[in-house]
Amino acid sequence: MTGTLNLVGYGLAAIGPGLAVGMIFAAYINGVARQPEARSVLQPIAFLGFAMAEALALFGLVLAFVL
Amino acid sequence: MFSFRAEGGEFIPPSSKDFVLPPIFGDNEFTTKPIFLVIFSVIIISIFFIAASRKASIVPSKLQFAGESVYAYVRNDLGKDIIGHEFMRFVPYLFTLFVFILTNNIFGIVPLIQFPTMSRISFAYVLGIITFGVFHYVGIRHHGIFKYIKDILFMPGVPKPVYILLTPIEIATYLIVRPLTISLRLFANMFAGHLLLMIFILGGEHLLQGAIGLKLVSPFAFAFGIAITFFEFLVQCLQAYIFTLLTALYIGGALADEH
Repeated sequence: MTGTLNLVGYGLAAIGPGLAVGMIFAAYINGVARQPEARSVLQPIAFLGFAMAEALALFGLVLAFVL
Repeated sequence: MFSFRAEGGEFIPPSSKDFVLPPIFGDNEFTTKPIFLVIFSVIIISIFFIAASRKASIVPSKLQFAGESVYAYVRNDLGKDIIGHEFMRFVPYLFTLFVFILTNNIFGIVPLIQFPTMSRISFAYVLGIITFGVFHYVGIRHHGIFKYIKDILFMPGVPKPVYILLTPIEIATYLIVRPLTISLRLFANMFAGHLLLMIFILGGEHLLQGAIGLKLVSPFAFAFGIAITFFEFLVQCLQAYIFTLLTALYIGGALADEH
């Protein structure tokens, strides 16, 4: 079996952003459940946070291929 | 062209090499598939919106309704809510950006095309650089160059010793991190999505060539590939939204009277 350890490293590195995305959406759902009319205010913030956290995972993916 | 076809029975997983497509006409590097996709997308977008806005009436036709709802979405949810009262000046840019990225991303799952243009990083970099230029230009025009740079370097309302830490971070944020992350995010999402699709479809095809037990498993790989295609559609729309949202946020930040 051949392969590169980069991918194992990437798998480990993706744990953090994975948890982060989960927490962001948990907070978003909580907020909307408590106050449904706040949805339109919370939505851009939630997606922005999601994009920020996800970017870390994707940089890892790019580096796993580059290095 | 399809170098990932397994030879000698061994599965060669798709890699970043599969994104480097050969030129279509001769050796000219400017005639690769992504370049034609960009031109094609501009043509479809123009035809769609010219057709949608011709013969505009108070009771809209279906086409006019489709065109107007995309426009209204970008204008209200991305322009008005985020930039503030001066948003109308930026709606043309935001709208072009949204529709252009959306069309080019969706090429990734359209049968027979199936290549997201933005999975070649140069296209994403160009969009990132344009956004970078726009929000700095807007900020400089709004505040004057000295006040704009001063506000970036020395954020008002912060105790003085903090500037030792804050100023380098702010410089890096405005000059490097923002244009780099906005384009890398788009690129990496499209790249990863296309890679995922290739793995499931090519893996399914490879299983089909194996022993009888493997042949029975192969439909599951194809079914999962189809499921991933729908998931990709979601991601592609989301990335077009996020790119435009971030552009609007940066422009809004440059226009804000205090950082």
